Amino acid sequence: MGAKLFFGFLVTLLAVIVLVSIAGIIAGLLAPLIGNVPVSYNFRSIRARWTSTIVAVLGIAGTVGVFVAMLSLAHGFKATLVASGSPGNALLLRAGSPSEMMGGVTLDSVKIVQDAPGIARDGAGPLITQEVVGVIPFPLITTGTDANVQVRGVSPNVLRIRTFVKMEQGRMFQPGLSELVIGKNAAKTYAGLKLGDDVAFGGGNWKVVGVFDAGGSAFDSEVWCDSKILNDVLKRPDNIFQSVTVHLTSPADFQQFKDAIVADPRLNLDVTREIDYYAKQSTVMTTLITVLGGMVAAVMAIGAVFGALNTMYSAVAERGREIATMRALGFSSWNVILSFLFEALLISFVGGVLGCLAVLPLNGLTTSTMNFQTFSNLAFAFKITLDLLLMGVLFALIMGILGGMFPAIRAARLPVAQALRDL
Amino acid sequence: MKYSRLILANLFRKKIRLALTLGSFAVALFLFAFLGVVKDAFNRGMDVAGADRLVIINRTSIINPIPLSYRDKILRIPGVTYVTHNNWFGGVYQDEKNFFPQFVIDPENQRQVYPELIVPEDQWNAFLKDRQGAIAGAETAERFHWKIGDRIPIKTTLYGGGSWEFNLDGIYHGARAQDDETQFWFQWDYFEERVPDRDKGRTGWYVLRVKSVDDSVRVAKTIDDEFANSPFETRTQTESAFQASWAKQTGNISFLILAIGTVVFLTLLLVTGNTMAISVRERIGELGVLKAIGFSDLTVLFFVLGESLVIALGGAALGLGLAVFTVPVLSKALNGLLPRLILDRSVLVTGLVTAILVGLISGLLPGISAMRMRVVNALRRV
Repeated sequence: MGAKLFFGFLVTLLAVIVLVSIAGIIAGLLAPLIGNVPVSYNFRSIRARWTSTIVAVLGIAGTVGVFVAMLSLAHGFKATLVASGSPGNALLLRAGSPSEMMGGVTLDSVKIVQDAPGIARDGAGPLITQEVVGVIPFPLITTGTDANVQVRGVSPNVLRIRTFVKMEQGRMFQPGLSELVIGKNAAKTYAGLKLGDDVAFGGGNWKVVGVFDAGGSAFDSEVWCDSKILNDVLKRPDNIFQSVTVHLTSPADFQQFKDAIVADPRLNLDVTREIDYYAKQSTVMTTLITVLGGMVAAVMAIGAVFGALNTMYSAVAERGREIATMRALGFSSWNVILSFLFEALLISFVGGVLGCLAVLPLNGLTTSTMNFQTFSNLAFAFKITLDLLLMGVLFALIMGILGGMFPAIRAARLPVAQALRDL
Repeated sequence: MKYSRLILANLFRKKIRLALTLGSFAVALFLFAFLGVVKDAFNRGMDVAGADRLVIINRTSIINPIPLSYRDKILRIPGVTYVTHNNWFGGVYQDEKNFFPQFVIDPENQRQVYPELIVPEDQWNAFLKDRQGAIAGAETAERFHWKIGDRIPIKTTLYGGGSWEFNLDGIYHGARAQDDETQFWFQWDYFEERVPDRDKGRTGWYVLRVKSVDDSVRVAKTIDDEFANSPFETRTQTESAFQASWAKQTGNISFLILAIGTVVFLTLLLVTGNTMAISVRERIGELGVLKAIGFSDLTVLFFVLGESLVIALGGAALGLGLAVFTVPVLSKALNGLLPRLILDRSVLVTGLVTAILVGLISGLLPGISAMRMRVVNALRRV
């Protein structure tokens, strides 16, 4: 209860801050347009105090960098899992199973599903893959310690169902043989999973015959083989699979297919669009990264605002006489406020852009983590998009306004005569 | 400290600046403590691990079972004192979001293998007598407002599926702060009775204690050799190695946190260094006067360093103090998303030491320039 109140309070506070800042940003950006203190004045004064300006810029750049990096991490994780699902595919699990790991679909059910309406067919029959997943430890190349790899037993026609998966090297496995094809990230991450390698696990000896490219999806971290052989090696009953994926004649036929499965009294299966299943799989990790990253960035933002406030306050203090002179020349207090806001925005904008540029090289960088839904390792890449960068710059501008507004108001309220008389 | 009044007077001359610098220090130290806490949470498993505990899993895959018949064979291996077997239940209480781990346990030896998880004697006896009995960790019990005697339904799709009902007979507490208080235990007999035939006689893993820690490598090897070439080969590891393999797989999270921490500290160093530089620059004239009336160069350096150290210590006390108060609140708010957050004393000490270092370094540069400054030049400047 206390925690809820605390967060409600935080959210309200944040909303107020954002509203005030946006008003400030608009005012500050308009400053050069309204008859005002010339913009060149701001540029010159920044140049005069370049050391403290650089510090303020770096503070804001660091904060924006962390903010964008964290968001791009969450974004990349989600994109990797979402890319694993195709809109034209449907995934069937035992009713109530939250994930494939807990699924169980019998061969009898698979045979009934094959004849349901809406499933695409080719010359060899319906496009349906009944799959088995196992988690097998393999040593990481980097540390030499074992990490869990998701091994997926699939039907030999899986490439016609997951059409975005392409063989990059070698060939697809032969049905009925102990052959493996490796996702391209798995081939790069684990020792002994190169094309042509012999691999022993689960009491069987396997040969790596191909490496596939699954377009940056979660399958790139997996190892695929014939599901019949995998069931045998893992000593599981050969008539039970963990999930079934079908390719539909068109994405629009999903409802018709689902209705047919749900209405069939012989079946007890949940039907989801593959893309929805994977989107749901990503929620826990994405929330974790976003919440953690958000908290870190928020705390850092407070620090950066303090830094900006310090810089701007000392600017106001050092320029007391200048400001008084401007007022004496006839500039209104509004003009002074707008001028200072503009200066703060300028500093924070440069900081924001620098922060974005600094993290840009992270784009596409692959890292990996445990996917807690499958207990296996999942490689994914930082994904920096234009809207993340824009958010980063907006974040910088908000910090700039918060850091510039109070010093600006103080500058405008300096009593002219007294400021001129000082020193 | 005869100069302490002068240092304080200088500090309080610009109150806003003092507040802001203290504030940015406090924020940075708070963030430092928070990141340390999160990093600890990710690596928690390793410091919970008992040094004399070994974990036996199926060699092929952690999700493959091991036969229960191995228990007696394991017990016969010299050096093994207690063995318990646990199984992952993977059920859902009310909603998928309410995650907590449920284990089927062997009541006979569970407490001997995990002596740090403490159940009151009368509750444990009630649990032993109750076929549908269950014991919950204090944290989970508090999270769902369970009381002893409550009936708890847990749904599962494994093991024949359906809703399983349990009577809460006891609540365990961890002896140490870092012990996991989220688990939910129930009776092996009840489990064995309900599961379909193909799941009978199998367990997920064994945990055992060895007589002496030095012996654990030999015991682990003996166990794995014993079951080599059987249909269920085993992999025996120390509990900490087992936990570390999980923690390592969360990947670069620790690295990322360290990287962020570094960025934050560089930023902090810049901000404070800058503030100190500004305040020295503004007072060049005064420092010149001090030197002119006979204060030594070192005393002037001491004034500047003293100021930055006071700021550093004050900011650190504020930030770390704030962390001490908010970490329990955050831990509650993030329940279910992260393991429990605990603020370790070592994080506080590291934070304090770092703050002092940052204070010294950021005071040193302007301090040295103040020390070297020639009186004539200082007085000539406006």
